[in-house]
Amino acid sequence: MPHTILSDKMNRLNNTEILEKLKSKFGTEILFSEEPFGLLTIYIEKQIIKDMLQYLYQETHLGFQFLTDLCGIHDPSQVNAELGVVYHLQNMRTNTRIRIKSFTALSNPKFPTVTDIFKTANWMERETYDFFGIIFEGHPNLKRILNMDDMVDFPLRKEFPLEDQTRLDKDDKMFGR
Amino acid sequence: MSHIKLDKDSIERETTTLNLGPTHPATHGVFQNILELDGERIVGADTTIGYIHRAFEKIAEHRAYYQITPLTDRLNYCSSPINNMGWHTTVEKLFGIQTSKRVDYLRVIIMELARISDHLICNSILGVDTGAYSGFLYLMQERENIYEIYEEICGARLTTNMGRVGGFERDINPIAIRKIREFLKRYPKTLSEFEKLFNRNRIFMDRTIDVGKISAESALNYGFTGPNLRACGVDYDVRVMEPYSSYQDFDFSIPVGSNGDAYDRFMVRNREMWESLKIIGQALENLPEGSYQADVPEFVLPPKEEVYNDMEALIYHFKIIMGEVDVPKGEVYHSVEGANGELGFYLVSDGGRTPFRLHFRRPCFIYYQAYPEIIKGSLISDAIVTLSGLNVIAGELDA
Repeated sequence: MPHTILSDKMNRLNNTEILEKLKSKFGTEILFSEEPFGLLTIYIEKQIIKDMLQYLYQETHLGFQFLTDLCGIHDPSQVNAELGVVYHLQNMRTNTRIRIKSFTALSNPKFPTVTDIFKTANWMERETYDFFGIIFEGHPNLKRILNMDDMVDFPLRKEFPLEDQTRLDKDDKMFGR
Repeated sequence: MSHIKLDKDSIERETTTLNLGPTHPATHGVFQNILELDGERIVGADTTIGYIHRAFEKIAEHRAYYQITPLTDRLNYCSSPINNMGWHTTVEKLFGIQTSKRVDYLRVIIMELARISDHLICNSILGVDTGAYSGFLYLMQERENIYEIYEEICGARLTTNMGRVGGFERDINPIAIRKIREFLKRYPKTLSEFEKLFNRNRIFMDRTIDVGKISAESALNYGFTGPNLRACGVDYDVRVMEPYSSYQDFDFSIPVGSNGDAYDRFMVRNREMWESLKIIGQALENLPEGSYQADVPEFVLPPKEEVYNDMEALIYHFKIIMGEVDVPKGEVYHSVEGANGELGFYLVSDGGRTPFRLHFRRPCFIYYQAYPEIIKGSLISDAIVTLSGLNVIAGELDA
């Protein structure tokens, strides 16, 4: 039976080398990087998301050709950078993972779509739009996916209440966020 | 979707719209497929999901860490222990908790039992959908036996809420061990019988070979993982690539297919059940002595006698039950090999009692989007076989 991927743990790409490569290509548009639990995390400007993912996909020594996960995040405490999108990419051949994060202001919730690089981003971006109201420009079919179509709110934003706030029997002052 | 005008070579003038679902017996879950049909051939398809969306990610932002385990039960409810342990290992990664080998081996035993119970449902249902009901009846008894083992370990059957962060709520009892041993003895016979009924069955092969086919490149681009990806010939398995819970201690192989069709998926799942049996056998033989809990007073409830007589134990008991433990800041992505593929947990903690953000990477949700493309051009009956072969679980699809 054929083996398309021969995984080799010793072959795992080095985080510093990846970062050096990306820095020489993109320079100052990489804002910040860290390695929580050994996973290289890069914060970038949203304009270069598509270029960066394309570069990570195509470059022979990088080859991050699998989009593991894409999700949104809302942090009201970061003024003018409240909404974010988190990409988890993977190079299966060398078993390396990378996380890319980008933030934008709540007043301009627009990100470029990556559906033309990864088909799997289609529903993930729809889900992120559905819950955070992040508009992915260029997405072929950007509409709600899990919530009903006539919903107006974006429920995973922090200001959206979990339960009906008119109820008096639920007091969350002592316990609960 | 709207009707599509058809060419002169079709006897129809335009397509017929057929709703497969939301509550159709063949979808095995609540989701809708809108098919555009030229006679019996599918020319276009669209899917609607979200019928059992329960906003787990939002609820999780308001629950203490130990209260999130029951939410994970309801993702892929055919193999809930894998989800439970995936969540526990994620939290352990964030807290830096080291579990004992006994905990790891017990987890491996339970996760592999869950994998078997998930695969046997998928494969036997595929039999039902191709017109072979008896295989389903043979295997259903074994699922009952696995549920009895769960019952012995944690008291629940379907939505198990099994284990705690750091280990288990109680040690595995001798009856459960006996039941697992009995299962290991009996299941190979049942599975061989099942394989004899199906593997080289002409009718079954005709119904499944080259049905619902997807290439490895396309599958990777669509984010396939698990048995569905391995059926395309890509040997990606989280258990081997990034071993969690001491999977590196066991000797097992990863079955792969080559064609990426419903038959290969069926065969990969069957082979995986044999591998799971091998793993359970090894884990049971080498089950180390030791504690069934890690040393984490933040999550492991103190014994009742101490709670009544000891101040500190009482404080910890109260803190755990009210979910007021100290959580470190940080963000972590952890994944386990679920029965359907890579089940990932992306957890962001801001130091509060609840997660700041928790995202489930649900394999079903990700690969089901390829379904319209896979079934385009095939017959309705093949669409149903494809759907069962992909093993789409509505709970995991909608979260």
